[in-house]
Amino acid sequence: MAEEKQGPLGDELSRRKFFTKLGLGSLSIAAVGTAAFSYQYLEPNVLYEPSPVVNTGKPDRYPLDSVTLDVNNGIYIIHSQEGYFSLSAVCTHLGCLTAWKQELGIIACPCHGSKFEQSGRKIEGPAPRPLPWKRIWINDDGDLLVDRSTDVPALARDSFVRI
Amino acid sequence: MAKTVDQYFDDLQQTRVWRSIFRSGTGSSTLKRALAIQQNVFLHLFSTKVRTRMLSFSATWYLGTLTLGTFFILVGTGIPLMLYYHPSVPQAYADTKDLQFVVSSGLFLRNLHRWSAHAMVFLVFAHMFKVFYRGAYRTPREFNWVIGVILLLITLLLSYTGYLLPWDQLAYWAITVGSNIASAVPVIGDKIHFLLLGGHAVNANALLRFYVLHCMILPLTAMFFVAIHFWRIRKDGGLYSHQSEPMTVKATNGSATSGKEAR
Repeated sequence: MAEEKQGPLGDELSRRKFFTKLGLGSLSIAAVGTAAFSYQYLEPNVLYEPSPVVNTGKPDRYPLDSVTLDVNNGIYIIHSQEGYFSLSAVCTHLGCLTAWKQELGIIACPCHGSKFEQSGRKIEGPAPRPLPWKRIWINDDGDLLVDRSTDVPALARDSFVRI
Repeated sequence: MAKTVDQYFDDLQQTRVWRSIFRSGTGSSTLKRALAIQQNVFLHLFSTKVRTRMLSFSATWYLGTLTLGTFFILVGTGIPLMLYYHPSVPQAYADTKDLQFVVSSGLFLRNLHRWSAHAMVFLVFAHMFKVFYRGAYRTPREFNWVIGVILLLITLLLSYTGYLLPWDQLAYWAITVGSNIASAVPVIGDKIHFLLLGGHAVNANALLRFYVLHCMILPLTAMFFVAIHFWRIRKDGGLYSHQSEPMTVKATNGSATSGKEAR
């Protein structure tokens, strides 16, 4: 009975409420969509960054018991008694390029003083992790290739290249 | 009898063009002077009347105004610098060198921009210390303190993004280190790092993003919050002074009147 007594004004108000909710609802959905598309827009789909796989030349460039820093690619090529292996030269602390100190036989970071062994193991400093080993192999032309995007276990048999 | 400069200025103020721009009218009555502030789009953010003691050096050391001054210098020098600077990897460093050694007055503008940036960071901190130690952050000014903290962050971000633009070794490694600090954020750290740089390393995308942030997004955001900051000074009862404190302590002194003393 109470519903029947509701005049045209009551209907008008509930219709207005309905359309208000409809409008706000669609705006909210549009806002969420805009946020999602904006986020996607800000995230590049194609990166014109250098390839993670780099050619580091013939193995005989690297004499036995040598540590060679490839400045442009941010890696070390190390020719040890066990074979060739590659180490990231990017400090695990905040991303500075480390340097090989021949006279001390260590890898040191100029930014905040982290120190690493030739095997990448951390000696001291703010760096939280050892320098990661990178996958290294020899291609058909006899060049050493390093994949900087792939970490391999330190000192593992397969992490060396033997000739 | 020859007119003085003041009389020429008075005549100018009576012209129809002048009166169409400045509606408040001439004269030095209190009302006219208040209207001159209230009816100006830039000045209406401020109080129409200020006690002269609040304009004394000791009240604020003018630190907020000086900060605004450095901001104006930074906008005024930054826009001309944009005319010679290309935010691209092959050109950025060379353009910076050109600004220093080839462009007329380029060295002056660049150094003015750089020193003002340093001064602004210093002044923002000095301003905050002054506000803090005077207790001017307390009710009813808490929200303006919050706006101030946002402005501090924008100032630091402006410094940080501007630091990359010369594209020298110092800039490159500073941004490498700084963006890696952003990666330390739990869970979404690497995502922030990727979005900030537009890639995995400091490169062409990062340079362009920092340029847009430095020249467009952050200055506009700063202006937006500066406007609120100034408007809130008026809304919160003007510049802070000890006399504007509620009279809770003095009320025990035998005075029956409470509330606020005249500012």
